[in-house]
Amino acid sequence: MNTQSNAIPESPLESQVIAPPAVISATRRMYWSVRRELWESRSIYIAPLAVAALFLFGFLIRTIHLPDKMRAALALNPVQQHEFIEQPYNFAALLIMGTTFIVAVFYCLDALHGERRDRSILFWKSLPVSDRTVVLSKASIPLLVLPLLTFAVTVATQLIMLLLSTAVLLGSGLSVATLWTQLPLFPMSLMLLYHLVAIHALWYAPIYGWLMLVSGWARRAAFLWAALPLLTIGVVEKIAFNTSHFGAMLEYRLSGGPEGAAFTAGSMSMDPLTQLNPGHFLISPGMWIGLAVAAAFLAAAVRLRRYQGPI
Amino acid sequence: MACIEARGLRKAFGTTIALDGINLRVEEGRILGLIGPNGAGKTTALNAILGLTPYQGELEVLGRDPWTEREELMRDVCFIADVAVLPRWIRVSQALDYVAGVHPRFDRAKAEGFLTKTTISRASRVRELSKGTVTQLHLALVMAIDAKLLVLDEPTLGLDILYRKQFYDSLLNDYFDRSRTIVVTTHQVEEVQHVLTDVMFINHGRIVFDCSMEELESRYLEVTAHPERIAAARALKPMHERQVFGRNILLFDAVDRQQLAALGDVRTPSIADLFVAVMGVQAGQAQGAAR
Repeated sequence: MNTQSNAIPESPLESQVIAPPAVISATRRMYWSVRRELWESRSIYIAPLAVAALFLFGFLIRTIHLPDKMRAALALNPVQQHEFIEQPYNFAALLIMGTTFIVAVFYCLDALHGERRDRSILFWKSLPVSDRTVVLSKASIPLLVLPLLTFAVTVATQLIMLLLSTAVLLGSGLSVATLWTQLPLFPMSLMLLYHLVAIHALWYAPIYGWLMLVSGWARRAAFLWAALPLLTIGVVEKIAFNTSHFGAMLEYRLSGGPEGAAFTAGSMSMDPLTQLNPGHFLISPGMWIGLAVAAAFLAAAVRLRRYQGPI
Repeated sequence: MACIEARGLRKAFGTTIALDGINLRVEEGRILGLIGPNGAGKTTALNAILGLTPYQGELEVLGRDPWTEREELMRDVCFIADVAVLPRWIRVSQALDYVAGVHPRFDRAKAEGFLTKTTISRASRVRELSKGTVTQLHLALVMAIDAKLLVLDEPTLGLDILYRKQFYDSLLNDYFDRSRTIVVTTHQVEEVQHVLTDVMFINHGRIVFDCSMEELESRYLEVTAHPERIAAARALKPMHERQVFGRNILLFDAVDRQQLAALGDVRTPSIADLFVAVMGVQAGQAQGAAR
């Protein structure tokens, strides 16, 4: 077909030839959509890394006194020794987890609001990426990316802490045996991963879903729109029925549900894995209801994005 | 097959009717200018065509329903909504990576080729670029997509005259061929006049004028009448009459050129003059109907 020398307007058949059917898989579109989120919201990885770096800086200063403290700790019984040694490692994990939770909340509130505010939604919608792919890629940040990132950063931080302590102890001629035997780094990491997946991803899913829905709906002040209705329901319930079931439900959700109690009360001590009950958690109605609610919120956010333009 | 076909396209926002039963047909390979005053329904019509807004009535774009098949449609349709929609945080290299990652018809080498003709650096963020260069970047991205329909909504809004001219030149020279269709809305009518193959005027949600440029040139004539011939000219029922520097300029629809040449200097009217005339006729009819 010599379209080059043919001055006659092409027939529809020929014009189909110039556009070969190219296919881009759904996974690839999803991959690029998630990367896009990481380009836009760099706080996703900068915040936990910065907190980890700050913590390590503080920890480094603290290691000056480590040999003295270690000598004192050797006189303690094994349980106290264990607590003394483990404490800063747990603190590091809590700090980084707390940071990424805050990052997740603010990310969700801006996820579907920012693109409408800066009008870039018109650019994103000009590309063949469905609303569902966009919303799911955004939801994957708090549900998948942030928990895994938290895990990686925390484990890396804890390893650096261990290496620093080892170097300092060896430098001052002390044995590292107590440190290494009393620090169950592998079970701790396993428990951290379980905690992140169970609480931060699965249990908190409806929280992220709600925040994303509000961010797709609110024209401004997404944070207020996310918080005020919940507060109103609580107040109305209190006035009308003099009960506070709604508030209790929210508190239960935020505190981490059945598993959260184990973590806060036991604060990850001694034999953490024995306290966990993954089987019980997986069949708890609270988790499944939460996931269903999260799915409903996200489905609503997808539907909403179809109708939404710039604000 | 028509590229765009609408029958009885309606859209209302509350009590405001944005599109009042539009019928239109755009054939493949045309460059259509959709021209109308602010609030006439241009952007709503484009949004319906692009599947950005639900509508009533029938609408087919490249044989698809834009609202229910938007994702599939966007593989063959490109649009530039206006100059300010590229996200400000994105780097030029990231924009290229992303579009290449999600668009099956994007030719990255072509986009890079367009960009080398500009001063845009790959490492810059959009927020660091001037308005004109952001448009160049957007155009480079869009022109590298092998789309069948390109929709431009006020693409040159707020740009200086050099960039505006450059924009339409590269669109015609580097992008357009007869298998593509372009729909453009703009207020800078003079600049697109030589670009268009068809023109439509839209007002109060209705298409009030629909004409190809060839037809426009053969049908409509503008006469700068000799002062003593004004009465004779008016007898031929001009659509519109205006005064420029004390001379009367009359616009005629389907009046013989020879006949008009006797009355004064004859030329093809600009789209802008025709627009004013058509809108004037519209207003007159509306007043007549009100009485």
